[in-house]
Amino acid sequence: MVHDPADIDALLPLPEATFHILLALADSDRHGYAIIQDVSDRTSGEVTLGAGTLYRSIQRMLEQGLIVETRDRPAPELDDERRRYYRITPFGAAVAGAESRRLARLVRLARARGFSPKTA
Amino acid sequence: MRFYRLLLHLYPRAFRSEYGEEMCSDFAERLRRASGPLARMALILEAPFDVLPNAMGVHWDLLRQDLRHMSRSHARAPGLAVTAILVTALGIGANTAVFSITDQVLLRPLPFPDSERLVKLWQHEPGYTRMELSPPNYLDWKRMSSSFEAMAAYYDFSMNLVGQGDPVRVETAVVEADLFRILAVPPMMGRTLVAGDEGVAPPAPRGSRTPGAIVIGYGLWQGLFGGSTDVLGRTVRLDDRASTIVGVMPPDFHFPDPSTELWTALEFTPDESFEDRRNKLLQVVAKRRPGVSIDEARAEMAVVTEGLERAYPEENEKTRATVISLRDEISVQARLLLAALFGASICVLLIACANLAHLLLGRGIERRKELTVRTALGAGRERLVRQLLTESLTLAVLGGVAGLFLASLLLPLLGQLAPATLPVARETMLDPRVLAFAALVTTLTGVGFGVLPAIRSSGGFEVEGFREGGREGVGGRRQRLRSALVVGEVAISVALLIASGLLIRALLHIQAIDPGFQTSDVLAVQTPLSTARYEKTERRAELYGRVLSEARSLPGVRSAAFTSFLPMVVQGGIWEVSIPGLSDAQDVPPTASLRFVTSDFFTTLGIPLRSGRDVRESDTFETPLVSVVSESFARRYWPDRDPIGQRFGFGLAERTVVGVVGDIRVRDLEKTSEPQVYLPHRQVQDRWLLGYAPKELVLRLEPGIDRAPILAAVRKVIHEADPELPLSEVRTLEDVVDGQTAPRLIQARLVSAFASLSILLSGVGIYGLLSFAVSRRRAEIGLRMAFGARSSDILKMVLREAALLAVLGCSLGVTLGHAAARALEAILAGVGAGDAITYALTATVALAMTLAGSLVPALRAVRFDPVQCIRAE
Repeated sequence: MVHDPADIDALLPLPEATFHILLALADSDRHGYAIIQDVSDRTSGEVTLGAGTLYRSIQRMLEQGLIVETRDRPAPELDDERRRYYRITPFGAAVAGAESRRLARLVRLARARGFSPKTA
Repeated sequence: MRFYRLLLHLYPRAFRSEYGEEMCSDFAERLRRASGPLARMALILEAPFDVLPNAMGVHWDLLRQDLRHMSRSHARAPGLAVTAILVTALGIGANTAVFSITDQVLLRPLPFPDSERLVKLWQHEPGYTRMELSPPNYLDWKRMSSSFEAMAAYYDFSMNLVGQGDPVRVETAVVEADLFRILAVPPMMGRTLVAGDEGVAPPAPRGSRTPGAIVIGYGLWQGLFGGSTDVLGRTVRLDDRASTIVGVMPPDFHFPDPSTELWTALEFTPDESFEDRRNKLLQVVAKRRPGVSIDEARAEMAVVTEGLERAYPEENEKTRATVISLRDEISVQARLLLAALFGASICVLLIACANLAHLLLGRGIERRKELTVRTALGAGRERLVRQLLTESLTLAVLGGVAGLFLASLLLPLLGQLAPATLPVARETMLDPRVLAFAALVTTLTGVGFGVLPAIRSSGGFEVEGFREGGREGVGGRRQRLRSALVVGEVAISVALLIASGLLIRALLHIQAIDPGFQTSDVLAVQTPLSTARYEKTERRAELYGRVLSEARSLPGVRSAAFTSFLPMVVQGGIWEVSIPGLSDAQDVPPTASLRFVTSDFFTTLGIPLRSGRDVRESDTFETPLVSVVSESFARRYWPDRDPIGQRFGFGLAERTVVGVVGDIRVRDLEKTSEPQVYLPHRQVQDRWLLGYAPKELVLRLEPGIDRAPILAAVRKVIHEADPELPLSEVRTLEDVVDGQTAPRLIQARLVSAFASLSILLSGVGIYGLLSFAVSRRRAEIGLRMAFGARSSDILKMVLREAALLAVLGCSLGVTLGHAAARALEAILAGVGAGDAITYALTATVALAMTLAGSLVPALRAVRFDPVQCIRAE
């Protein structure tokens, strides 16, 4: 599926929370609390999303088409019936890719000026 | 958890119902997994910081969404938005402007600390509820009362100030030093007056020439001394006495009124005029002790004054004290005038809201399909109400901003309505209080005209909205609501029309009152004599003689004279009359106004001489003391005798009547004045009654002649007679009399403007309602025509509906209007609250408005093509 680059660019740079949510959904569908946990695990507790930030971001990301609510449920023994599961869309993946390229470019530029990530 | 659920109420409901449960279970999960009580506590403390900004963010997202939606839909059809903004701008502008003046005059506390404890004291005597105090009475009141922390006397006086360049006339308050302690406003520079500064103030502290202290106002400091900081300690001449400036007051200090620019100390000299209990000249302000109510103060003053009546039964007969809050020092008329304006402006706003509600209701119906689609797509009712309210509030805010601009244009006009008796600035401005009011009115307006349409438009059309023919019958609920709005609009505008009609009639009535003197072609020039240099009667006579003989010979001048005061400019100067054998039991007090005049005064003002003679230059203090009295004076005291030759006591001496002239209105146009007594200017002892020394030069000119060269010549004549005599207050008597009705004129114009606006809006309302009804009933009308109804039948049918609304609205409006008129009776100057002409005119205008509003829709209905109407179904 080809996405209009202008649609993607209009969303960049992504808010940090949005980027983290996209990363959390990259490998599997998750419900809200699982997203919070994943973000916290991946960042060794450095980033903890509050519920307020999470659901406001989710609402906006749904509107923007970055994620969808999925009707596929996990295996019954793993399913939490009260919860809704979210899935990244191809558009969401494209946006996440564009954002990581943008960040990589930024890091390259910083390195060229002698800012090494190790010394930062 | 309950706490967290409560917090979630900060979110819009739609968001809450979508995510609330999950947020709660997430939070619960976190609490469960927290490592200890401290970690749990930290989670709970963190929660508001997570929820609050995000909830605001969600609201903000919705607002942006609604605004985007709104701007798109209004860009397609901007008519409604433009109308709504204009109408709200008019309503909010009118209200804000009127509020700013009402707030300043009636609502906000006076600009003095503890101002609620400040009171004004007056003598209450037969015929007068607010009479100035005599010095001995004042001193006794002060000594014998204990309700007040402090009491201070003052009086106004115009003085000549020579400091920088030409002499200037300065409105001065001669005050006791305690006044500054009572008002408790610190000076901007230097100090205020203190005890011991006395000894410089008029009237006539004989022999005293010590430089005395004066305090000047901010305006005078800026104007005359260029705001120079070394003004303190500077010596100036005040009415020919050396005085030293010791302080400058801040710009917002106005006491007793905004014209006062200088304060000098009051001295109680041991002289006749300060020992006479009939010499009433002092105004008194006092501060109640904390905890003493105004009623307790009144009760105490009643006891004090009863005691003084027993001690001085003749001078203090039936004399009591009037104690009123300084805030209430404003006439019933001024209060009513503002109340009427405020009421009228609120009416305009109500009508504007009703009309906008109409427009939005109409639009809501046009948008039913759009809203139905959105409902079907899952937008809850609350979401739709929110969108519609955002729309109306945005329109109101835009209108409010435009309204503030309008208000700022109206303010200079309204400032003139501030009564001159209040110690507050006459300029009004859009300060934070007024802006807060405008914001409140804007919000109320937005909600007011938006809420009904929003609720009506958003509810109950899940199915019906899709049906093309889904419409209301004539008496449907929606239609009834709209009809009720129109009836309300008509009622309010009819009530306003009645009020404005009555006010205009009152104005015309007052303008038609004969003041008793001719106002056209009379020029008045004030020549403020310095009381010190002109304390001798003959010295003044010399000046008058020289100025008058030269002025009378100027081409274009028919006659000229000097008098103490111009009628209606100075309303006081009322003295008691004593007549041998006159019984005490009079229902009206035996008082008359006192004026000293030169000969030719009556000719110049066109006051007719009924019998006897004018005063003459040969009437001196050595010849028998004479007087010219007004007809009402003669009628009251000698109803069945020739007044000429009668004697009476007045103005510190016994006088004989030598002439009778017509009555004039001394106080103002609306009130019959006390009778008038005119005394020859030379028949007064040196230094006595200096305040009454003639200083108004009046000139009768050839009709239609150019005044400028005459004024220049008069200026030269006066300058040659006394180079130090300033010339102030050049005006025509027409200006003086017109000035009497100026506040009424402004008020009548404003109320009429409000009434015209509201009747216009009602017309638009009727037009809107009928256009809507007619277009919704196309099919029915088409059918009727197809079945043989004639054009005239259709026309009648539509007009009948309009007439019904108009009649209902009118009858309601007349009831309202009559009630308003009864409340306004005190300012209607004798025009009855049931004035037939006003009501007849109002009915005509309302009828014309209904007809105009309904004609276009009716004609449109007549022109329907029956075939097309039915096919459209």
